[in-house]
Amino acid sequence: MAEIRVENVRKVFGKVVAVKDVNLTVPDREFAVLLGPSGCGKTTLLRCIAGLEQVDGGHIFIGDQEITNLSPRDRRIAMVFQSYAVFPHMTVFDNIGFGPRMQHVPKPEIKKRVQSTAEMMHIEDLLERYPAQLSGGQRQRVAVARALAAQAQVLLMDEPLSNLDALLRLEMRAELKALMDELDTTVVYVTHDQVEALSLGDRIAVMHSGEFMQVDEPMKVYDHPAAQFVGGFIGNPPMNFLTARLADDGTTVLVNETRLPIAPETAAHLRATGQRTVWLGIRSENIDPLDAHTEGALSARVIVAEPLGSHILLTVKMGDAIVKVNAHSDSAFRSGQDIWLRPVPEKIRWMDKESGQALN
Amino acid sequence: MKSRVKSSYSQLIRKGLVYLAAIGVALFILIPIYLITVMAFSPEDVIYGYPKPFIPQQLTAETILFFLNSYKMLDSVRISMIVAIVTLVISLLVGAPAGYALARYIFAGQDAYRILILSTRAFPMVILSIPLAQTYIQWHLDDTIMGVALMHTAMALPTTILVTSSVFVGISKELEEAALTLGCSRFTAFRRIILPLALPGLAASAIFTFVLSWNEVFAAAILTVHNRTMPARLIVGLGGSPATFKFAGGFIMLVPAIVFMFFVRRYLFSLWGIKLK
Repeated sequence: MAEIRVENVRKVFGKVVAVKDVNLTVPDREFAVLLGPSGCGKTTLLRCIAGLEQVDGGHIFIGDQEITNLSPRDRRIAMVFQSYAVFPHMTVFDNIGFGPRMQHVPKPEIKKRVQSTAEMMHIEDLLERYPAQLSGGQRQRVAVARALAAQAQVLLMDEPLSNLDALLRLEMRAELKALMDELDTTVVYVTHDQVEALSLGDRIAVMHSGEFMQVDEPMKVYDHPAAQFVGGFIGNPPMNFLTARLADDGTTVLVNETRLPIAPETAAHLRATGQRTVWLGIRSENIDPLDAHTEGALSARVIVAEPLGSHILLTVKMGDAIVKVNAHSDSAFRSGQDIWLRPVPEKIRWMDKESGQALN
Repeated sequence: MKSRVKSSYSQLIRKGLVYLAAIGVALFILIPIYLITVMAFSPEDVIYGYPKPFIPQQLTAETILFFLNSYKMLDSVRISMIVAIVTLVISLLVGAPAGYALARYIFAGQDAYRILILSTRAFPMVILSIPLAQTYIQWHLDDTIMGVALMHTAMALPTTILVTSSVFVGISKELEEAALTLGCSRFTAFRRIILPLALPGLAASAIFTFVLSWNEVFAAAILTVHNRTMPARLIVGLGGSPATFKFAGGFIMLVPAIVFMFFVRRYLFSLWGIKLK
């Protein structure tokens, strides 16, 4: 029910700059995901928003109010922790009702709120139990219910699903998504799981070494990675990167002696910066594997063929590079076989070899 | 019965040995307690008789009562009790916050502080006794209950700080942070979340302090003349006393520790169960 604005926020631990002057606006009711490898500063940023860490620079706003120096309890936030942090000495009821109780909500109202959030999380039968009597998944539900019952303007979640086993995680993910669509809360969700980020987020902020590499809608981040890091981090398997050399004519590139067209503005950029090589980024599903040579196809050899049900994942060796390719599940590629790869031209992403920045 | 059959002999033997060891340890502690207790309640001729019966034939509170009524013993018991409780309260009030700080905050000189705490225990009391007595006389703390309690607090603090610190380390920081985000101030988060969870550990530390103070002889003996704690009076007075007094004294020494242990036992068990890593 409020916008979150992060302006030039900086957080330093000793000599390490964990968050480097980042800017982020999460509009009201948006589900924003902070995604990045461990140690990228995503949790630190979340904790800065929560008020559990003091920022070393910059400002944070929730709605129109600056909260940079407020204590957590004055920020109208609620948080779900990675370890759930369910209070072990309180019943589920008291856990969920803890927030409202601290806000001095009248007793009957607390009861109503606990009841309704418990129903939302399907734990209404567990209210009298203690956390020790609950399974991991149930504890997780209590943690979310507790945060929801606080009826905060902003819901912060720190890898809430990472401690669940794979099956439960899928289930909770879908449930969480449905729940958040229903509620009007602004959410900031931290995860290192790119699938989680893609499935849950309205927008994803990809973080790397304390900086945002890209802040975009999930499909944008997936399809148009703004940098090599993003392409390599998101997607399973990650995006393939091949070295392409600018041909002498200056309008095409050579990948392993195979000539591929390149967009005029990309070629112009290369000529302008004097670079001779460029990254060609392509996702595994955007490469057509062919068993015979055709014009514009790259020659390679299959190393491993892994049937994954919906498709066959091929690991192929092309020159010195290893490339992942999706083949149709009916195809008969075997390891050791010669293969030709035809990248779908409109799905090719060019990236600067030095900075890693996307060029198209 | 079936699982019994299935479980291998070596498992059975191991289980048996564990029980045997447990019984052995229990007997090792219980038999002297039992004998002292029986003797303390036996009439004089039984105590001096030989052999002493293992099962008491005749019980009387005479010895105990006579003992308590002499030598200002009742007074000493009272003083011991007060000293132990004051020691316990002060060392928890001072030590627990220090332990909390050690557990939760990173500050300059943390390791040095830890070592400093421990090093206070490195000075032998015997060496300190003369300057200590002198200082106490100067400060008019000599022969007072508070003086002994302060001395015992100083002796108990290192363990209190280190034990409580490990208790607080064992309580997830995220619990406290969750409370903060849910509308608690630092203090209410401590009171409502951390304190209840730390209670078992704090109780264990309290037992330790209580027993330390209750059993402490040396400092109590040199710092007091009239207001002696039990052990101090026993050590001074009992050497040449008859056996009846020795047994009665031993019994009186035993009781409070056992009673105290009985009350905090509940916390101790949960301490072993879940609270400490």
